[in-house]
Amino acid sequence: MLEKLLLNHYEAAAVILSGIGLTNLLLQRNLIKKIIGLNIMDTAVYLFLAAKGYVEGRAAPILIENASGGWVTSSAVYVNPVPAGLVLTGIVVSVSVTAFALALTLKLYESYGTLNIDEALLKMTQEQEEIEARIDEAEEEVLS
Amino acid sequence: MNEELRRIWQQFYDWVVGNGPRPENEVVPEEPPPDLPFAQKPKDKYSRFHEATLKERYNQWLEIHGLHLFSVLYSGLSVLTCLVIVSLLLATVAELPPFGDERNPAHNEVIRRYVEHGGHETGAQNIVAGLILDYRAFDTFGESAVLFTAAVSVLMLLGASRRNSLKDDPSPHSDGEGWDFLNRGPPALRHHVFRQDDAILRGVATLSIPVIIMMGCVVVINGHLSPGGGFSGGAILSTALILAANAYGFERVHSFFNERTFIVSSSTALMIYALSKGYSFFTGANHIHSIIPKGTVGDILSGGLILPLNICVGLIVAGTLYGFYALFSEGDM
Repeated sequence: MLEKLLLNHYEAAAVILSGIGLTNLLLQRNLIKKIIGLNIMDTAVYLFLAAKGYVEGRAAPILIENASGGWVTSSAVYVNPVPAGLVLTGIVVSVSVTAFALALTLKLYESYGTLNIDEALLKMTQEQEEIEARIDEAEEEVLS
Repeated sequence: MNEELRRIWQQFYDWVVGNGPRPENEVVPEEPPPDLPFAQKPKDKYSRFHEATLKERYNQWLEIHGLHLFSVLYSGLSVLTCLVIVSLLLATVAELPPFGDERNPAHNEVIRRYVEHGGHETGAQNIVAGLILDYRAFDTFGESAVLFTAAVSVLMLLGASRRNSLKDDPSPHSDGEGWDFLNRGPPALRHHVFRQDDAILRGVATLSIPVIIMMGCVVVINGHLSPGGGFSGGAILSTALILAANAYGFERVHSFFNERTFIVSSSTALMIYALSKGYSFFTGANHIHSIIPKGTVGDILSGGLILPLNICVGLIVAGTLYGFYALFSEGDM
């Protein structure tokens, strides 16, 4: 099994990187670090896709001119072009998600003064209780 | 034997329920006042020494150690989950076909079709550009739309706080009717500190910004001939904008690239993309003659719609990435 893993060492590295990212996502309490964990997982996916598209000894998928002025269109010359397109999609989605998550984190920090998810949740609960107490008081005032 | 068992069971029962044996230093509770009517007299059972029941002790223990226990359990379980997932995936990776082998099932007839017919069907020398902007152009349209949507939502989230804090009202959460008990101050303004006299940064920026813009344009315009395209070229163009903002201040960039410019240019680019590609797909799918020429492979004006689409995508990406930078550092575009 280890030999096979060494044979596919790019894919193995991608899987380990994805595990590191997932652990980061689960264990970090700081939201920025959680987002970094998500980005590590994204990177692992790009590495995996790029490794799947590679073929030993072939050129990048940009048509090469042959000796008579035409184009070499044999599929035995170029590497797989589809993973490049897929990685492009992945990068764009990852950038968008990261930016949106960071904006939400910034708003959370502005409201609660902390990036720690536990502290923020505690403050949210306290705030909710405070609001409910205020509503009860107001209701009692109205009733009396 | 039986007596002994019963005694032990009684002890255990007392321990659980909380009727333990009377300790030496027990404070005897005061006798109830004798003039109470019979029904209101406290029951005799509970006037004894009341040891905490198992449930109470459990709750007490949980209050002290519960959070710690939970975090330990959570960390252990999450590490375990990750290890299980990674080992399962590694076992799968070990069964994958060897890396870089040309007989891998991933290199199938779809790839052969794209490589062998991509050149004369799309007119693009760069097969990846032909793939993402011709065969799968609606996928790329969706990507641009995702990027634009992300930029607009970040603009909504971060631009609003800026506009609120610029008003006279110091606390945006109070509406003047006593609902300001949330006690959140005004949102922290993100001030970008500029050293206006930074001669080195300005000199380098003056020299390099034209080169960066030229490089970005080359990458965008040659997207169908060489590596690159709208996404990478747009990223290069956005670095020129970010460098300009850092060297000359956001106000200078704001004078020619602001929120309005961004919204107008990105929406226009997306509309042009949608309309032109919609036309191309409509004619192509219905075998109608299309007015878009393919051109000869390798020329700068070739590849049909790929060049204009690359320019549209480049505009969106440049605006979006600069917008992210400006919004996160300044809170405004």
